[in-house]
Amino acid sequence: MTVTDILLLALGAVAAGSALRVVTTTHIVRAGLWLVVALGAMAACYLVLTAELVAWVQVLIYVGAVVVLLLFATMLTRAPIGPSPELDRARFPAALIGLGSGGGLAALFIFGYRWGKAELAAPGTAGVLGKEIFSGWVLPFEVLSILLLAALVGAIVVSRGERS
Amino acid sequence: MCGVDYLGSYRLLGLLLILGAAFFTVAFTANRLLSRRAPSAGKNATYECGIDPVGGDWAQAQVRYYVYAYLYVLFAVESVFLFPWAVTYALDGFGMVTVVEMAIFVAVLALGLLYAWRKRVLSWT
Repeated sequence: MTVTDILLLALGAVAAGSALRVVTTTHIVRAGLWLVVALGAMAACYLVLTAELVAWVQVLIYVGAVVVLLLFATMLTRAPIGPSPELDRARFPAALIGLGSGGGLAALFIFGYRWGKAELAAPGTAGVLGKEIFSGWVLPFEVLSILLLAALVGAIVVSRGERS
Repeated sequence: MCGVDYLGSYRLLGLLLILGAAFFTVAFTANRLLSRRAPSAGKNATYECGIDPVGGDWAQAQVRYYVYAYLYVLFAVESVFLFPWAVTYALDGFGMVTVVEMAIFVAVLALGLLYAWRKRVLSWT
């Protein structure tokens, strides 16, 4: 086992464990904070897999912005301080779906790659990614701006309600 | 081509993270071991000018916080694309076309900001 293997195993365990806490904790705000740990461990996984820029983007966007958005969203509907056990649904179907999709994906990857070895690519720095985006992926990049614009307009319209 | 030297460049960061976590754990464990505790219901009550609090907490947030957080997400995503762009546009074979591409991207997002401004989402009253 190389250093990369050990790091990936440890970080994967942290990510899976904290993801489990996200769905098992009864404090809804704590679920959001456990999500920070899970997403941070995933960012560290990206870092180990030499996707440098993607890892820091994960920290900036998901840990820094999306989790804040999620916490604001829970604050808007309710701002619970104690545990809220009434939010629990029936666990059996959810566990079945989660295990099914997780196990299915794991099986797909294992049968897809068997025990083959993959060399880690050269570090995915901003320069490498910039050359890729601005030579071959310009159209998706521009479409992304339309998507973000649509989401912003939608958020404003929904948040303003009937007052307009 | 990578491996030891790539991961090695993050050695210091990893060491700092481990040291930070260890410091946090030691500090809080020491506090737990050394401090005396005598919990009572009165100590858990909210202190409000010496008057017993009545009713529950009120911590509902306004929806405009959400819109501000969303605006932040939007421009964080934009700035994420500015990093690869900033190191690329001056290279051979990119040049003006790439500058225009980014200008279109920023302009479309600026439309969103304009919409938010026109709808008076940005004013705090």
